[in-house]
Amino acid sequence: MSALLTVSGVSKTFGGLQALSDVSLQVNAGEIFGLIGPNGAGKTTLFNALTGLYTVDRGEIRLEGVRLDGRKPHEVLKAGLARTFQNIRLFAEMTALENVLVGRHARTRSGVLGAVLRLPATRSEEADSRARAHALLERVGIAQHAQRLAKNLPYGDQRRLEIARALASEPTLLALDEPAAGMNKAERSALRDLLLQLQADGLTLLLIEHDVKLVMGLCSRLAVLDYGVKIAEGTPDVVSRDPKVVAAYLGDEAL
Amino acid sequence: MTKRPPRWLAFSVLALGLAALPFLVDLGMGRSWVRLLDLALLYVILALGLNIVVGYAGLLDLGYVAFYALGAYVYAWLASPQFGLHLPFWAVLPLGAMLAALFGVLLGTPTLRLRGDYLAIVTLGFGEIIRIFMNNLNAPVNITNGPQGINLIDPVRLGAFNLSEPHRLFGLTFTGIHLTYYLFLLFTLLVIFVSMRLEDSRIGRAWVAIREDEIAAAATGINTRNLKLLAFAMGATFGGLAGGLFASFQGFISPESFNLMESIMILCMIVLGGMGHIPGVIFGAVVLTLLPEALRYTGDWQRDLFGHVYIDPADLRMLLFGVALVAVMLYRPAGLLPSTRRRREFADAQG
Repeated sequence: MSALLTVSGVSKTFGGLQALSDVSLQVNAGEIFGLIGPNGAGKTTLFNALTGLYTVDRGEIRLEGVRLDGRKPHEVLKAGLARTFQNIRLFAEMTALENVLVGRHARTRSGVLGAVLRLPATRSEEADSRARAHALLERVGIAQHAQRLAKNLPYGDQRRLEIARALASEPTLLALDEPAAGMNKAERSALRDLLLQLQADGLTLLLIEHDVKLVMGLCSRLAVLDYGVKIAEGTPDVVSRDPKVVAAYLGDEAL
Repeated sequence: MTKRPPRWLAFSVLALGLAALPFLVDLGMGRSWVRLLDLALLYVILALGLNIVVGYAGLLDLGYVAFYALGAYVYAWLASPQFGLHLPFWAVLPLGAMLAALFGVLLGTPTLRLRGDYLAIVTLGFGEIIRIFMNNLNAPVNITNGPQGINLIDPVRLGAFNLSEPHRLFGLTFTGIHLTYYLFLLFTLLVIFVSMRLEDSRIGRAWVAIREDEIAAAATGINTRNLKLLAFAMGATFGGLAGGLFASFQGFISPESFNLMESIMILCMIVLGGMGHIPGVIFGAVVLTLLPEALRYTGDWQRDLFGHVYIDPADLRMLLFGVALVAVMLYRPAGLLPSTRRRREFADAQG
């Protein structure tokens, strides 16, 4: 298997707090890779470091061999790494369709002149973006909400919309920060099907998730973070039996 | 079933109305109101420019009048006896707009990390700096002629056709004020057109995305730095254009015309009309240009009603104007003609 994302020796401190220390991991092309750990373990910090929202203090991040560390968020996205947020960050006052159209930004190029004069290139680009956006809404199952404001969508559909917006940038790696948080059982199982479908279509997924059942069933490999340190990596089976992981989740006394 | 009138008919009626407007106003209300009509069009251009920065991109700019001043001074420098230059308006106007755009980027660059109140303070300072510069650049080298301002600025002239002189066409007398109306109307329509096209485009959506959530916008692939600078530059371009038109129309400019009050007035126009909504902004600009003038007649109204002027109209005018502003913000917080987006935003905030 070939490595799609390689994280090597990444560290990040906030003041005196060591949020990430010397974290290394590797996500292979085509797999669903899970990132788990107790609250405050540094999972979201790692996501923010990967996507350019934080600059790392030390270490290297590569996607298909291309350095991502030190790049701006929009450059990271353009390189092929798209993400969603733990606390949904949609453009609340835009419609679902407009949200996905914004997701096309990195793959389109018309500027002021093109927009004002409606040049043929701009018109075909816009038509293409709209067609793709509608198709993506269809794909995540919220086509009926295209013209509704993002903030008026039901919770589960907002999560789906965020995935559609990320997919609009045609990523090679999609990073999902707790996509099932706050979802009911039916929504969870629908999400699971969607993620498996995306994987089947050749997308690689990186997943932070608290729902152990979902993670164990979905991911081919996992990494476990605790206090900013990676304490285990491997298949769900191996990881779930690792004494360090059990200790991190249940406390040392459990051993 | 009633059939909607076809679009071309609606457009022709609107075009005829706009074409006839200065003559109707001249007949019904007097020449000074035609002059106000010209000014109202200028403010529509200014308000639409500021709307790009504040309404779309959500960057609160309190120094917008600086770009208006730059456009006006560029026009004055290149088409007046100040330096003995008399370049034609079609060359000077774009130059002024371009210089304003450049200053828009210059103002934008150091303020990229600022938002809301902090950005407002810095831009307010920028507006004042430009005005104070214009006020003091008369020594050691006389560039702006200081507080006296620059006089005898060339009117708009196309070949032998001087826009400031009366002309007779089709049996009608077109005075300079009438002709200026048509010139300004042309530029206003252009600015409206550009605004509409930008709003419904990749660029316009990116601006709104930045306004809604800057971090999410960046993570969605938007180069927030470039797009914010573009918003500043586009807004400044419209401001510079309006400045050049203002200089040619007045024939005289001085730093006094470009004070903080002017920036606030333009901001009021878009807030009052409906931020981010083109018809609302146009409406706000027209109302706020004409209302203070209409309130000058409060003396006459008092005399008609009570036979005596109790309160000096000059005092009453600004009082009533302030009351009107407060009333609109209380009862229509999203503006007189809000965009559907804003209307929902405010309805949710209160509900």
